[in-house]
Amino acid sequence: MSGEPLLSVRDLVVEFSTERGVVRAVDRVSFDVHPNETVGLVGESGCGKTVTGLSILGLIPSPPGRIAAGSIRFQGRELVGLPESEFRRIRGQDIAMIFQEPMTALNPVFTVGNQMIDVLRRYRGLTRRQARGAAIELLAKVGIPAPEARIDEYPHQLSGGMRQRVVIAMALSCDPKLIVADEPTTALDVTTQAQVLEQMVILQREFHMAMILVTHDLGVVAETCHRAIVMYCGRIAEKAEIGPLFEHPRHPYTVGLLESIPRVGEHEKEDLAVIPGMVPDLLHLPPGCRFADRCRRRQPRCDEALPELDGREDDRSRVACYFPAEPPT
Amino acid sequence: MTVLLEVRNLQKHFPVRGGLLRRIVAHVRAVDGVSFTLESGRTLGLVGESGCGKSTLGRAILQLQRPTGGEVVLEGTELTTLGPRRLLEMRREMQIIFQDPFASLSPRRTVAQTIREPLDVHGIGSASERDGKVEELLQVVGMRPQVMDRYPHEFSGGQRQRIGIARALALNPKLIVADEPVSALDVSVRAQVLNLIAKLQREHGIAFLFISHDLSVVEHVSDHVGVMYLGKLVEMAPAKEIYRDPRHPYTQALLSAVPVPDPKRKSKRIVLTGDVPSPMHPPPGCPFHKRCPKVMEVCSKVAAPVVDVGTAARPHRVACHLYA
Repeated sequence: MSGEPLLSVRDLVVEFSTERGVVRAVDRVSFDVHPNETVGLVGESGCGKTVTGLSILGLIPSPPGRIAAGSIRFQGRELVGLPESEFRRIRGQDIAMIFQEPMTALNPVFTVGNQMIDVLRRYRGLTRRQARGAAIELLAKVGIPAPEARIDEYPHQLSGGMRQRVVIAMALSCDPKLIVADEPTTALDVTTQAQVLEQMVILQREFHMAMILVTHDLGVVAETCHRAIVMYCGRIAEKAEIGPLFEHPRHPYTVGLLESIPRVGEHEKEDLAVIPGMVPDLLHLPPGCRFADRCRRRQPRCDEALPELDGREDDRSRVACYFPAEPPT
Repeated sequence: MTVLLEVRNLQKHFPVRGGLLRRIVAHVRAVDGVSFTLESGRTLGLVGESGCGKSTLGRAILQLQRPTGGEVVLEGTELTTLGPRRLLEMRREMQIIFQDPFASLSPRRTVAQTIREPLDVHGIGSASERDGKVEELLQVVGMRPQVMDRYPHEFSGGQRQRIGIARALALNPKLIVADEPVSALDVSVRAQVLNLIAKLQREHGIAFLFISHDLSVVEHVSDHVGVMYLGKLVEMAPAKEIYRDPRHPYTQALLSAVPVPDPKRKSKRIVLTGDVPSPMHPPPGCPFHKRCPKVMEVCSKVAAPVVDVGTAARPHRVACHLYA
């Protein structure tokens, strides 16, 4: 990728104080997001992917959380340390968020139309009538049938897939340059997920947005993202363009993840490849590589110091591993 | 192979009450005429989307929710008409593993107490024999016996699910209904638990009814797969067959919708329009006709006939007018 990045995260550290001590949920994470691209943030529960997404929108609950170090620059402007009043202007307008559970993002006591019209009037300065027209147009764009009728319904009257479409329509209403979508289709059934993902890909192109897709599902990443960042225990294990990542995963964790997914159409009733052991406790992290304990390529060096990402930011593939699987040359 | 479980035209309808007098105004047809057989030591995978009735079917088979019609025959005994005492005896033979390992274990009981409970209920063995059995079960599911006196909150999701599996195994059942047993687990842990289930089946000859919304997981563990839609089985076939050659348009759409972790394989996706209809007011004719890309005139009028498109040795049943 060339040109100026839209979003540039550098050495981000996010910490939470808990009763048992300070947990470092995100530990020196750096990445760029360019205009019009979709970047997947993947990993298992507790890897820090959601926290990373939230910090971009200044939504880390504080206390107990805080951005302890690092920088998040959006269109050249530093977001870390920005006062809440300034952040409000960026949220929704420039950067929008889509959450996993649409019911938490919608107000149950207002109609879909009321909620959308509010946003449109406030941020785009439309009259009520104009805003209603714009809202209907947006609902049609996200694939809601009969939007003129649906606009006057309450969230509980809609199915899960429809609700998530409404949330997407609201996120689009101010024409944001970046959307952070946190597991946007995880609560949906597969056939509905397919509908919503397809719509998101179309809309992303149409609205010329960049998107950060936070997900645990590598299948979703393969189908929607240009690049992906694989996280483990608060660190980036590997980041690469989709092609090399799935064809020649380099980090043993990525390799293990891809092997442990049963795939449709490859019927074999034998054992799945397994990543042994469990994710370490974030309060008691080893000094070396956090994956070492579960890794089949482990060497003494892995336990001595944390491996850093190799190469440079604009490389097609970067990995934080002393003994990565090398792609065939 | 001997037939372990036979389900005949099973129904579970829930009454919906409304109005001032709380009269029954409608029925939700959660399970609406399901029939199949399961041989001992085999796994039948049951897939479908939320609300299709797959969990209710599992519970109705175990008589955790008494069916409103049809029969469930386990080893020659018809369960739906059994009284509580005979049913308790039969429960030795059939157990369940739940989806959420955080909700299915009592937080106030130690691991040992949880796993022992079925042995206590059924009065099996002496106290010391039961302790020995608990230890043995923990080893079977890959946990150290030293964890016996710890409480569920001290364990991760995958370990809790192992405890739940140990409890289900305590009575040496012949049938286990596993209701979304790995859906709450992360990918790397999920594979460990799936392998454990496969191993148990091999070594103990247990038959599984494996309920899941995840088609790839179901394919991996199952000998046969049944696809449910709005309370009905729309297709059932050997696992290999149903994935290689799905016949019902719903199965085809469902399979094509699964995201594939391979960016080069841009499969042709059948994107369905519309939502699943309410099971309170299922459409007339075939329940899928309103969303079916291959809908014909007859589909909205006549219920779809069940047709066997397979062979005598490998039956492949489809409920669809296309094959009538």
